[in-house]
Amino acid sequence: MSYGPQHISKQFDDELENVRGKVLEMGGLVEQQLNNALRSLIESETDLAELVIETEVQVNTYEVTIDQECTKILARRQPAASDLRLVMAITKTITDLERVGDEAEKVARMAIELTEKHGPKAYYIGINAMGNLVSNMLHDALDAFARMDSKQAVAVAGKEPESDDQYSAILRQLVTYMMEDARNISGTLDAMWTARALERIGDHARNICENIIYLVEGKDVRHFSIEQMEDILAGR
Amino acid sequence: MRQNNLNEKVEFFEEDPVSESSVTTPTHSIDMSSIVKHDGVSNLADEKICIEVNNFNLFYSEKQALKNINLQIPEKKVTAFIGPSGCGKSTLLRCFNRMNDLIDGIKTDGDISLDGKDIFDKNVNVADLRRRVGMVFQKPNPFPKSIYENVAYGLRIQGISDRRTIDAVVEKSLKGAALWDEVKDRLDDLAMGLSGGQQQRLVIARAIAIEPEVILLDEPASALDPISTLKIEELIYELKDRFTIVIVTHNMQQAARVSDYTAYLYMGEMVEFNDTSTLFTNPSEKMTEDYITGRYG
Repeated sequence: MSYGPQHISKQFDDELENVRGKVLEMGGLVEQQLNNALRSLIESETDLAELVIETEVQVNTYEVTIDQECTKILARRQPAASDLRLVMAITKTITDLERVGDEAEKVARMAIELTEKHGPKAYYIGINAMGNLVSNMLHDALDAFARMDSKQAVAVAGKEPESDDQYSAILRQLVTYMMEDARNISGTLDAMWTARALERIGDHARNICENIIYLVEGKDVRHFSIEQMEDILAGR
Repeated sequence: MRQNNLNEKVEFFEEDPVSESSVTTPTHSIDMSSIVKHDGVSNLADEKICIEVNNFNLFYSEKQALKNINLQIPEKKVTAFIGPSGCGKSTLLRCFNRMNDLIDGIKTDGDISLDGKDIFDKNVNVADLRRRVGMVFQKPNPFPKSIYENVAYGLRIQGISDRRTIDAVVEKSLKGAALWDEVKDRLDDLAMGLSGGQQQRLVIARAIAIEPEVILLDEPASALDPISTLKIEELIYELKDRFTIVIVTHNMQQAARVSDYTAYLYMGEMVEFNDTSTLFTNPSEKMTEDYITGRYG
């Protein structure tokens, strides 16, 4: 563990450290999936999109393995206080990570569809910017998890409304394409689903941040506003 | 237990559905005062206090075993004392019915009151105090008598001899201690023939037969197998409707399972007193955290 002194049971330390390490590995893999999916979309690289779809199974395996490790720790160690919060935060975080993986896979599938349809490249401008935003959010959330940094977690969670704003802007833009030419509708819908997937990834990144705050501060901040989270951190 | 009414407070559930702006984040807004104050757990301020300890010190000749203890034990709840060996938790427990009077060389100062009355007052009849505050020890200590006579003993020394009254109390107490079904056909057998877990429940039946207000349990399950332990824990849960229970245990999971409030003691000082769910998920003190997560030492 990176905080607090060691447990009397060295083995328990190893188990927690091992499972925490696996979460970070899984996070790294999911981040890579998202970035590959985005690149395959923007640069019409269908091979890369195929790779993302193939790799999804690895993400799922991580989720199942980490879940089993957590169950084992709960059964054998009966963790308490920060150890318990760590295990709980991990089981929730990997669910979010697995879903980010699913969304990345969706983006990859859309990349293949859109490449085949040769839709107007103008679709991608907003999506590219939004993709970068949520990819950074995910990266920073995982970084905050690795360093148990609740301050950074609040900062990352605070970016989530931005991704929602970008999402609604993209929707408006895509609607105008559909109105211009009905033949655009099919491709535009794919682009719309892509934006939707990215918006969901932003939500999952925020959830991960909430788990980190629970882990570090011991406070459940789900459904709290950013101001309320900041108050919790400041001990108000 | 208090519950936060999340649904009532979260405004976005009441917003108009699907407008153009509905794709942006809903405004998260919860009345936080209700959460921060109560955190969804029991609150000592809502409890009626049974035992109150104020600035209490205890010395075994020169050695100070309890240092300035301040504590309020709520009525008809289970309060657990946890802490490493020698931290003073059993010593503190034994103060509540003045069992320490029996040990030479003990000095105390400060107050302990039961229902608002000082238990060290010279007008207090110690035998009467111990009738009101019953005690069960780590090792079951049934008398070398029959099962029936063990439970009836407390009534007989109070001068009750009516067979029907005693029969009724014995049955009620054995039922209360979840032992009746196992012994009802052999009440005249020797208590020593019961298993350890049964003996412990018999001792609890003996304690509740005289209708105390408080039951002190000093490691009641540490000599028992897991199933007998669970039976004792289940019994504690049932008994708290009628009695105030204070339990000393080395088994932290047991404290977490059975108690409503938990006190952590270390080297004669009370480090933290909190409702049990808070203490085991988010303790306020670093020392408590280290102890319950196994980082102590």
